[in-house]
Amino acid sequence: MKPFSYERAASPAQAAAAAARRPDAKFIAGGTNLLDLMKLQIETPAHLVDVNGLDLDRIEETPEGGIRIGALVRNTDLAADERVRRDYGVLARALLAGATGQLRNKATTAGNLLQRTRCPYFYDTAQPCNKREPGSGCSALEGYSRQHAILGVSDACIATNPSDMNVALRALDTVVETVKADGTTRSIPIADFHRLPGDTPHLETVLERGELITAVTLPPPDGGVHIYRKVRDRASYAFALISVAAVIRPNGASALALGGVAHKPWRVEAAEAALTGGPKDAAAALLAGARTTSDNAYKIPLVERTLGAVLTDARR
Amino acid sequence: MKFDTPAETNPIDRLTIVGKPLDRIDGPLKTTGRAPYAYEHHGAAPNQAHGVIVGATIAKGRIRRLDTARAEAAPGVVAVVTAESAGKLGKGEHNTATLLGGPEIEHYHQAIALVVAETFEQARAAAVLVEVEYERAKGAFDLAGERNGAEKPEKVNDSPPDTAVGNFESAFGTADMTLDETYTTPDESHAMMEPHASLAFWEGRKLTLYTSTQMVAWTKKDLAKTLGIEPDDVHVVAPFIGGGFGGKLFLRADALLAALGARAAGRPVKVALQRPMIFNNTTHRPATIQRIRIGANRDGVITAIGHECWSADLEGGKPDGAVDQTRMLYAGANRMTATRLETLDLPESNSMRAPGEATGMMALEIAMDEMAEKLGIDPVEFRIRNDTQVVPDDPKAEKSGAENGQRRFSQRPFVECLRLGAEKFGWSRRSARPGSTREGGWLIGHGMASAFRNNMSVKSAARVRLTPQGGVVVETDMTDIGTGSYTIIAQTAAEMMGVPLERVTVRLGDSSFPVSAGSGGQFGGNCSTAGVYAACVKLREAVSGKLGFNQADLTFADGQVNAGGRSVALTEAVKDGELVEEDGIEFGDISKKAQQSTFGSHFVEVAVDAWTAEIRVRRMLAVCASGRILNPKTARSQVIGAMTMGVGAALLEELVVDKRAGFFVNHDLAQYEVPVHADIPHQEVIFLDEADPMSSPMKAKGIAELGICGVAAAVANAVYNATGVRVRDYPVTLDKLIERMPDAA
Repeated sequence: MKPFSYERAASPAQAAAAAARRPDAKFIAGGTNLLDLMKLQIETPAHLVDVNGLDLDRIEETPEGGIRIGALVRNTDLAADERVRRDYGVLARALLAGATGQLRNKATTAGNLLQRTRCPYFYDTAQPCNKREPGSGCSALEGYSRQHAILGVSDACIATNPSDMNVALRALDTVVETVKADGTTRSIPIADFHRLPGDTPHLETVLERGELITAVTLPPPDGGVHIYRKVRDRASYAFALISVAAVIRPNGASALALGGVAHKPWRVEAAEAALTGGPKDAAAALLAGARTTSDNAYKIPLVERTLGAVLTDARR
Repeated sequence: MKFDTPAETNPIDRLTIVGKPLDRIDGPLKTTGRAPYAYEHHGAAPNQAHGVIVGATIAKGRIRRLDTARAEAAPGVVAVVTAESAGKLGKGEHNTATLLGGPEIEHYHQAIALVVAETFEQARAAAVLVEVEYERAKGAFDLAGERNGAEKPEKVNDSPPDTAVGNFESAFGTADMTLDETYTTPDESHAMMEPHASLAFWEGRKLTLYTSTQMVAWTKKDLAKTLGIEPDDVHVVAPFIGGGFGGKLFLRADALLAALGARAAGRPVKVALQRPMIFNNTTHRPATIQRIRIGANRDGVITAIGHECWSADLEGGKPDGAVDQTRMLYAGANRMTATRLETLDLPESNSMRAPGEATGMMALEIAMDEMAEKLGIDPVEFRIRNDTQVVPDDPKAEKSGAENGQRRFSQRPFVECLRLGAEKFGWSRRSARPGSTREGGWLIGHGMASAFRNNMSVKSAARVRLTPQGGVVVETDMTDIGTGSYTIIAQTAAEMMGVPLERVTVRLGDSSFPVSAGSGGQFGGNCSTAGVYAACVKLREAVSGKLGFNQADLTFADGQVNAGGRSVALTEAVKDGELVEEDGIEFGDISKKAQQSTFGSHFVEVAVDAWTAEIRVRRMLAVCASGRILNPKTARSQVIGAMTMGVGAALLEELVVDKRAGFFVNHDLAQYEVPVHADIPHQEVIFLDEADPMSSPMKAKGIAELGICGVAAAVANAVYNATGVRVRDYPVTLDKLIERMPDAA
């Protein structure tokens, strides 16, 4: 870990201003990802702005009838919230499918949105990785890539976004609320929040320097069967090989997002219309343009079969 | 005490304390965090500094430039050790690669420097500042790719690399039914909970090392050899070890660098291997390619069996003994085994829980399942039909002078293990037709495999004291690596001296104590307690002499010594001061006269998600025949731990080789997955009630490694039974099933 300076922020705007003041600053909340990365010197911020004391840890109803989840709401609390369990089951299930009880107790909503990839080459500072060290190359492209992305990939990076929560938020049409260094706020639809790797895989979101997530907002509940299906090698404490977040509605207005297949939670609205044709059609729409390696080609049939499982579950 | 004739009735046979399912005597220390592990001996020496290891980031080549100036100038740094600054070092007998590399680099994450600082955080930060430039050399990293270059090793364990009985080729060529398949097992890491860690300090030329090792005497000897000092100047202390599985059999970089760091810093230094470095820095179980051929007649009698294995190690290393059990487990008049060794520039291969047998059984027991199916015979029945009471392929037979050149097993209740397991598991109710049992979204499958592991005899000594208060103190350099050594040794001493368990104090893991067998090869339990038995026999004689008994058949019970109607309190013998005796067990050629092995059977039920092919184990049963079970509770823990590790080998564990850069890519516990609690279902263990007088006065045999042998194959066979998809390349993961899964809808 590189030595760093530290301050506690007094308000969201002040936190954003403090973080924007220097290029090597980072926010810290739960620290479940950042601290590990700092110990390994994958992240080397020289300044930390601690946002834990900010008043951003509530879940409130919005005037529209949805809910607004504070950036600091811990994953455990979010998954246990009665409204979330009742109206946004896919989110509760996705949260509980991730990490461990101990980690979920610390991890925050905003932190989970910003969780970094688990590519093994990203984690080994001796190996080339464009995400960790832009321009150094991608070791995974022709290396070990069983966990890696098959959609939206580039020659610079085939890493995945490892979050379960993000997949559910994508299916729920979440909006990310932020405050910028100049005090202005904005609302970013989740679809636009994460980037594809392109030739800048080190840039993972559209957040600007110093911009702080304050909340995520869910639209009013719209019924449907909520399913989060995470496929993994072991029963707990493993990242998804692939996952499906689904809200299946009888009127056909279903929502479907995939995890473990791309640099961001993957959603293709056309696939949702194709759902009535069955899992094959939906998979074909979701996986259009997929590019696989010999290690991760299994994700293609796995997505199709997992969609089959989800649709079967939804009909029960 | 020389052990060269079968054990007769002795005080252990009373089984008033030995054989009871007693709680671990060190349990309260561990559950309350008061058992100090190697990194936690805070009071052992004042002013401890912290060392952090720098690992090489190439697999093979040379260091062109190594600059420690920035690290040395970093805050808190006390010393930096490199191969150059350390001066000439030797190499331990048990090491293949040197533990401190440079300028030559032999494998990825080979230690090349130690940075010592006031705090751990300072040392870790400064370690990154060591600048290294390398000259890469071309390395070989691909086991399958280098197969043609494999060489015949001098030996495999104690056996020749090639063995043959009868005429395999001819018998295989004319058999009614044949199987010829190739199986692969990946490199695996021990992944023990406690990392390798050491605290070292010097007092003049005397070095004290608190460390985490399975073998205190080996560590002492190899550390002295590497440092070029006298073994008697090294004091090794290892009272508690947080798991080893073979990964802590040998001197490793943490111990050597703590010693060198302490010398350079002029103060105590402690070093723990960083978790992400353990996988490439230390040893691992080597990957294997195994070809198995079986020929049988229509009745399911094996007429030909052949097993070939390819594995790799660094130059000067050893092959995996995966073919070993195939020489001994099943009958068959015509047989062959062959072992070949490749030289690869991956990290060092070495022992991991049941080295050889664990990997060999992974392949052999799938092959047996496949063959049974071809023959249309139940897999349990197929194994029973090919039981043998003599060792079928026995390079040791001639030397033993056995009749007809064939040795018998000391005991072999193998068929009993199979039958009892089948009965308890409800094997007869399984559907033999693959893919035919479905419960909701799950395909259900049942699989079984044999378990087999040799019993090894290693000499072991102990010192016992009878204190004036009537307490018994046992001292031996034996280690407790989480196995229960403290407890079974206390039980042995209590039984021998006729005192309650609470009166026994056990001191382990100190090189100033008599040298024990240590923990490895599933020999620790039987051999170390036999050593304690021997020392107690001497102490009993001393007590007898003090108390003026002249009878031979004394009874020690309830704190009293009894014979010929006379009963004297044990404490009478020590009213003038304590009695101390030391002895050990040494095994004569008894272990060569009859083959000592342990046997068992594994039965497994799995559920495979009909859609996603995710595999979850639902039920496991092991039946074990391991001689006398000294403590059914700790023995059961050993077996269920081994079964859990077998599930890991079956479904999860694989050190993935990057064949370009030459290292294990998934080098942390997030990426190298081992089973978690949610993966492990109900596990049942049944011990056959037996005692083997050929093994030792304890009549016990090894148990800890028998428990893993065969488990992975039983799981793989169950997956086949569930899905109809046969996977011959471990681990059995869903990506290897998905394309061939039956239609789920």
